[in-house]
Amino acid sequence: MTPLINPVTLFFASIFTSNILLSNFLGMCSFISISKDWKSSFGLGMAVTVVMTITTAISWVILFYVITPLGLEYLSFIVFIVVIAAVVQVLEMVIDRASPALYMSLGIFLPLITVNCAILGAILFMQIRSYGFIQSVAFGAGSGAGWWLAIMLLAAIRERTEKNPVPAGLKGPGITMITIGFMAMAFIGFSGMIAVQ
Amino acid sequence: MMQSKAYSVLKDNLWTNNPIFIQILGICSTLAVTNNLRNTMIMTLGVTFATALSSLTLSAMKDLIPRKVRMIIQVVVMSFYVILLDILLRAYLPDVSKQLGPYVGLIITNCILMGRAEAFAQANKPLLSFWDGLTSGLGYMSVLVAIAVVRELLGFGTLFGFRIMPEAFVTWTIMIMAPSAFFLVAMVMWWAKTLQAKRLAVAKEAKK
Repeated sequence: MTPLINPVTLFFASIFTSNILLSNFLGMCSFISISKDWKSSFGLGMAVTVVMTITTAISWVILFYVITPLGLEYLSFIVFIVVIAAVVQVLEMVIDRASPALYMSLGIFLPLITVNCAILGAILFMQIRSYGFIQSVAFGAGSGAGWWLAIMLLAAIRERTEKNPVPAGLKGPGITMITIGFMAMAFIGFSGMIAVQ
Repeated sequence: MMQSKAYSVLKDNLWTNNPIFIQILGICSTLAVTNNLRNTMIMTLGVTFATALSSLTLSAMKDLIPRKVRMIIQVVVMSFYVILLDILLRAYLPDVSKQLGPYVGLIITNCILMGRAEAFAQANKPLLSFWDGLTSGLGYMSVLVAIAVVRELLGFGTLFGFRIMPEAFVTWTIMIMAPSAFFLVAMVMWWAKTLQAKRLAVAKEAKK
């Protein structure tokens, strides 16, 4: 077991130095398609952050109190997926009841999240790096916030560069990938400051 | 008829509708492993295996699944195959399994699996769906292997771990790191789209 790192450090590290999107390539699918629009990006980023924080916490509890004692590690993928799906479903209902306005802006993104690789990725990283409970929550929240930051940045860049002349073959996803590449390079500048693993 | 359908599926998945450079699916989990050719091969074989078998299973079960719970059933079927894969890797290739880390589990959320299940297996016969899943996996593999060759060759000067470049070759550190994967995917997209646009223009010209 690795010595536990300070949760606050971990929170900031997972936003900047090891951004789940830019250094681990997780959650790319919705990232590319949604980032066309600044407002939707904000909504999706928020939804991802909330779901990621809750699911990492719940999965940690299930992992250490149910799966490990019973020796069911081989079932963990299915359990995690079901946890994510259930959390998304419950959250959808709760938000619908509590705040219809928020539901309007967030609701449509919730089903998308079930198949967002970043959520499952965060849980699997948590399992592999064997974080403690507080670390896991900090990691989940930080990774979500990092994803949120990345999608907001990309959406802002895309809004600015939309009208720029680009070779026909590179239009759309092509130029977006290059933009993400540059963003990833910028984020590499943070690496080495704090180690997460 | 069957023959030509199978051929058109193959062509679609490998070229005209390639999962990576046209549909932009499934780039999530595998870009991270493309700086090493061996891991890429194993990873993409795994994706192909899981896509083909889950398409087959879901297509065979499609009349039994109520529409409302479709998503969750699909995900559970996919997780089943991915768990098999994970156990096989752990048993026979433990070091690869360790290097791939969470990315094996992430095949479950690889959009290609879900995409093929929704778009193809829902409406087609099991065998054809199996073929569709297999060819989608191959289309995915071809692009990723090409990227991995470039990244490993320039980043480490090796292929499959064997030294190809002369000792004096200065390795391109950027190729090992994340950004290069994005740039290379963008280049593949650029190349494929330009070529396809040209062919389309030629075909249009011929029709006139």
